[in-house]
Amino acid sequence: MADTTAISANPPMSRSRLASLLVGLAILVTALQYLGFLPAALHRLPEALVPDFARYLDAFFNFVKDDLGLFALTRWLTGLLQTVLDTTANLLFGKRRWPNLGPIPWTAIAASMAVLGYYLGGWKMAALVAVTFCWTALVGQWKIAMQTMSVLVVAAPTAFIIGLSLGVAAWKSPAFNRALKPVLSVLQTLPFFTYLLPAVIFFKVGPTAGAVATTIYAIPPMILMTTLGLQKVSPEVVEAGHMSGCTKLQLLRHVYLPSARTEILVGVNQVIMLCLAMVVLTAFIGMPGLGAKLLAMMGSFKLGRSFEIGVTIVLLAVTLDRMSKAWVVKQPEHFERGTPWWKRHIALLLGLGAFVVFCIVAQFIEVASEIGRKQSLSVGKELDTGIKWFLNIEWVKATTGFLRAFVNVQILIPFRNFMLSIPTPAFILLITAFALWLGGRRQAITALIFFSLVALSGWWDRSVITLYSVISAVSIAMLLGLPIAILAARTEKWSQRLLLVCDTAQTFPSFVYLIPAIMLFGITDIAVIFSILIFAMVPLIRYTIEGLRTVPPEVIEAAEMSGATRMQKLVNVELPLALPTMAVGFNQAIMFAFFMVIIAAFIGTQDLGQELQRTLAGTDLGKNFVLGICVSLMALTFDLTILKWSSDRKKMLGLEE
Amino acid sequence: MTTDAPVISAKNVWKLFGSAPEAYLKDMPAGRSFDEIRSDGYIAGVKDVSIEVARGEMLVIMGLSGSGKSTLVRCFSRLHDITGGTIEVEGQDIMSLSEKELIELRRNKMGMVFQSFGLLPHRTVLDNVAFPLEMRGQDKHARRERALEVIKLVGLEGREDYFPRELSGGQQQRVGIARSLAIEPDIWFLDEPFSALDPLIRREMQDEFLRLQQLLNKTIVFITHDFDEALRLADRIAIMKDGAVEQCDTPDQIVLHPATEYVRKFTEEIDKARVVHTETLIERGLDGEGDPVDASASVQSLAKLLIQDTRSAIPVAKDGTVIGAMQREVALGILVGTE
Ligand SMILES: Nc1ncnc2c1ncn2[C@@H]1O[C@H](COP(=O)(O)OP(=O)(O)OP(=O)(O)O)[C@@H](O)[C@H]1O
Ligand SMILES: [Mg+2]
Repeated sequence: MADTTAISANPPMSRSRLASLLVGLAILVTALQYLGFLPAALHRLPEALVPDFARYLDAFFNFVKDDLGLFALTRWLTGLLQTVLDTTANLLFGKRRWPNLGPIPWTAIAASMAVLGYYLGGWKMAALVAVTFCWTALVGQWKIAMQTMSVLVVAAPTAFIIGLSLGVAAWKSPAFNRALKPVLSVLQTLPFFTYLLPAVIFFKVGPTAGAVATTIYAIPPMILMTTLGLQKVSPEVVEAGHMSGCTKLQLLRHVYLPSARTEILVGVNQVIMLCLAMVVLTAFIGMPGLGAKLLAMMGSFKLGRSFEIGVTIVLLAVTLDRMSKAWVVKQPEHFERGTPWWKRHIALLLGLGAFVVFCIVAQFIEVASEIGRKQSLSVGKELDTGIKWFLNIEWVKATTGFLRAFVNVQILIPFRNFMLSIPTPAFILLITAFALWLGGRRQAITALIFFSLVALSGWWDRSVITLYSVISAVSIAMLLGLPIAILAARTEKWSQRLLLVCDTAQTFPSFVYLIPAIMLFGITDIAVIFSILIFAMVPLIRYTIEGLRTVPPEVIEAAEMSGATRMQKLVNVELPLALPTMAVGFNQAIMFAFFMVIIAAFIGTQDLGQELQRTLAGTDLGKNFVLGICVSLMALTFDLTILKWSSDRKKMLGLEE
Repeated sequence: MTTDAPVISAKNVWKLFGSAPEAYLKDMPAGRSFDEIRSDGYIAGVKDVSIEVARGEMLVIMGLSGSGKSTLVRCFSRLHDITGGTIEVEGQDIMSLSEKELIELRRNKMGMVFQSFGLLPHRTVLDNVAFPLEMRGQDKHARRERALEVIKLVGLEGREDYFPRELSGGQQQRVGIARSLAIEPDIWFLDEPFSALDPLIRREMQDEFLRLQQLLNKTIVFITHDFDEALRLADRIAIMKDGAVEQCDTPDQIVLHPATEYVRKFTEEIDKARVVHTETLIERGLDGEGDPVDASASVQSLAKLLIQDTRSAIPVAKDGTVIGAMQREVALGILVGTE
């Protein structure tokens, strides 16, 4: 309340004037630096003044670990988790552990999953499932895919249960909700490497650590969706529950949770997708599976095989996504009276039937059970030659060469050097001005505090390089993505098509975006930017189209009746009205970029990601956290500022969310 | 209609919506109007209402949209905690009930049909209807029997396995009615229960509730916007405006002697001759000659007689014995609308 009155009392002029003042000051400081008048201590914080956060954190972690007995607890949990993981590992890919039944023949899994697909989404879904699983088996990646899956089938349900319980608790207790909110937003911006190291330290290397990191990573959206769904249950349904004499527990179980079904299932979809994205990344801590294989193949530049694994990951992602989404929209339907029992449960029976039949068939026919290395239809070598040939075509070579040389040398590197040359205080002032101008006073103060903390962390240069990658990639993504989106938004048909592409692309685990980048540009800076750029372009395009398509038609008609040309209409009516929504896309693009820049460290960069990756090898928990929090603080600054602007703007334009 | 202690007795009940209603009500000067309260940032959903409902009575609440009808009924069932005043149900102050006692009360005594149905979207018609029985812990077989019975009663036979979203609005409403019929509560709250029904079914349902009320002596609080419905059902009608009850009386009294200007306006359009019964018109000290008219007959139904008759006073008889007489002039006045 106080906030809005303050804004309306002194018009936005004063806010922007203060912002320009800050920018002016920043320019002055930078100019002094260029002229050589600025004392070194003002350019960069002297080493001596940097507090040793890493050591404090280490001390803290040691305290928690040893003195509070957390270690004992996690060791106990590890044992428990290990047993469960061993079981799934045995069933899915035949690890020699209890119950010693596996591996289940691939045909049996594929067939029963296809029936599940049919049940959820009809023939098309069944076909998609069948294609995915057959492809995986036929190119000889069944075993590694199942290694990944064996962790996923443990992590996703665990994340679901924990998320659901915390979501219910947050909905019940507003105090708990308030405490949880900031933790969740930090968790969602924390780079994944920061999830990995504690997992390794507390839960041993390998599948257990992978499962823990994956679970924790997937919990936040489940909490948010659960709370959202429960809050949306219609009050009259709840009252009907009360009048039926429900106790509190009955009310939760019979009224609230089933009525929030849709949101909870959307949460399940997000849990599954985040789990898949993360479980692939656990390759960095030695979890075997698709991710590890991809890492190895890319490391040794076997592009053909990398490509095949990429396809497998993408197919799996799309299949899991479509299946869980089909579950969201699938509503219960009644059967006619007197439908026999078997007809009511036809899908279950068919699935079980297919499973049993293929299990038996596999006893007699070898390939139905396992496809060995020699039998597989992998064409990695041939693909390799194909890719090499393509890259050697004159014009392709010329283009990539030009991009590498020109863009890199003429634009990117000078830009990076310029950013590095800005004195720390000036940089912080610029960011503060940006937050003040877009968000408001509170956002500006947050920005000031957050970036000062980054400066204090002692990792300033690397943070600036991280920011440089993010800014350049998002800028190029805007240059390319916005025109495409604006063009597509002109017709319904193309909007739908492009939205479908974006939807699909968004389900791909981030890791696969590295494949085309490396293919085209090898291991260079520009490959990093390229991978971030395509990853960040997806939300940009998507939200731009959505923003433009949801401009109220009356407004457009009014503009047409006023005799606006197409361009005038776009500039004066559609873009301003779509801007708040586009800003959400822009924000997501930045968040994605922060995420990707850390992964791209694998290619070799000099930013925080590289340093973070290095900590994985050791036990530098403190340093790992300092680095992770640096990324998180920078990302949060943008997140808070842009979303504030977008919601202010929406309110001003009278567009409700 | 029996005369023992009232089933529901509300005294000076307030229900305010806002940030700190209790504190506000305590410091509020007496006699503050609805608009003044609103300018203080509160909405008076129920404003100083005192009303009693006798056992076996059907009380109909009427009033414009937003006048607080649903809110008042929700206070009776303690779906809302009231801000001030007391409500006693069968002599028990419902605000003092513990959660367990409240659940018991709702399971055994109260039933409600909701304005927008309040069906559970994930349950079939059968399971929705059986829901209150399930909560009471009845065994599966018995509750299925009972649910099928009431589903048949509301005419939804054959749709037991449908889900709410597969039904039309009127059918959904009937599921809501069936759900409350299933437990046959002693005290019934019906919030516009027939609003989505077609006239035929609506009449059937009205008859069903009248039958139950007379047969089992149920106490019913009924909200409606339809005056005809109110007249058919009501023992008394309460008319609400801005959270307050303007008048609560028999239909005859309300149209003949509106307590406030608002009530007069509200009932202006109604044909009084249809509402007023001869019994209401009996005047003391008047003696009539000749054939009596029935006490429960409406003025309208006697139109022909009133016009053709020449007597100035007509005797009125209840169950065959004369209980008084009315002036023909007065009745004629009502008939032609000059009264
Ligand atoms: N939960 C609530 N919070 C705030 N205000 C409420 C709430 N419930 C009802 N009100 C307000 O109380 C007033 C009375 O509402 P109520 O639902 O009782 O009206 P009604 O007489 O039942 O109207 P209708 O005939 O449209 O059903 C309205 O002004 C409404 O806005
Ligand atoms: Mg109402």
